[in-house]
Amino acid sequence: MKIVKEALAGTLESSDLLVKVMPLPADRVEVVIKSEVMHQFGEQIRKVVSQTLQQLGLLSGQIVIEDKGALDCAIRARVQAAILRGASVEQLDWSKLS
Amino acid sequence: MKLRRSMLFLPGANAAMLSTAFVFKPDSIMFDLEDAVSLREKDAARLLVFHALQNPVYQDLETVVRINPLNTPFGLADLEAVVRAGVDIVRLPKTDSAADVHELETEVERIERACGRQLGSTKLMAAIESASGVVNALSIAMSSKRMIGIALAGFDYVMDMQTERGDGTELFYARCAVLHAARVAGIDAFDVVYSDVNDEEGFLKEVELIKKLGFNGKSLINPRQIELLHNAYAPTEEDVDYARRVVAAAEKAERDGLGVIALNGKMIDAPIVNHAKRVLQKAQASGVRK
Repeated sequence: MKIVKEALAGTLESSDLLVKVMPLPADRVEVVIKSEVMHQFGEQIRKVVSQTLQQLGLLSGQIVIEDKGALDCAIRARVQAAILRGASVEQLDWSKLS
Repeated sequence: MKLRRSMLFLPGANAAMLSTAFVFKPDSIMFDLEDAVSLREKDAARLLVFHALQNPVYQDLETVVRINPLNTPFGLADLEAVVRAGVDIVRLPKTDSAADVHELETEVERIERACGRQLGSTKLMAAIESASGVVNALSIAMSSKRMIGIALAGFDYVMDMQTERGDGTELFYARCAVLHAARVAGIDAFDVVYSDVNDEEGFLKEVELIKKLGFNGKSLINPRQIELLHNAYAPTEEDVDYARRVVAAAEKAERDGLGVIALNGKMIDAPIVNHAKRVLQKAQASGVRK
């Protein structure tokens, strides 16, 4: 899966996160994470984001995340929504999204 | 007996509310993918609800999802997501006939087989929002073994009836029809939302009415209404005291091998004993009325 267009998902409200994805010219994935709770939960956030990208099989794209203290379930959902929008995927395999 | 006094609506696209609503402890929590979600957020809301349903904080609460109607581009995708995520109950909006439930049931069963979920474990409820739905309430209520309840949805219903929300007169027939259908089918009945969250007096007046009619509970749009509703549905100390004596008398009659139960010289039959047991369950769940 590759990001083919810019896309957004989420909000900057408390307990949510905003995820922006952009295409990259090469087959590589860049992830930038900013979080209000990076000091306490940075490792866990990176782990959830990494797992989510692996599940989707993302090969190319830049992911910029601004977290406002979201739960893991919201992080998974927002990252998936932004990537699926940016990759123009409409038919989902739900068994690979849990 | 599962108490379903309060069914709290949560907009499916709101991450903050989905992350915190479990603390309010309604009897059932209902993630809304339909009217509360704009068209451009349908995909993101579906993913949020899919993951929220699998979050451990919701494992001890009964979860309901209001999907979009199956005749929209979103309904079937909603169903795929929530059945796979383990939702307890799917709420079908705008149910006009038993055929609507049969169509839903066919799809639910297909998804349960595909994902390995136990067949029949996804329960259903129908929201009745039109004159057709009210007229067909009984066949809707009896349309599937998966049905746990039917709910009246007031806004669309009064629009269909060419009237508007008022003192409740406009809902009188629909409330009675839905309630009778639920009782014949042996399932639960839920009343409409009360949208003015700042009008506690009006809310409690409506709760008193629907409680007297016999509704199991009410759809809610604000967590502040939960405690008010639970307290209004809680039995009084006198109710609890009488119920304890009825149940004790029934247990004694059973121990003594007596077919007839008597309390203070009056005969008590099975419906009274069952009612007393429900009173004690309600008291255990919510305490006595304050």
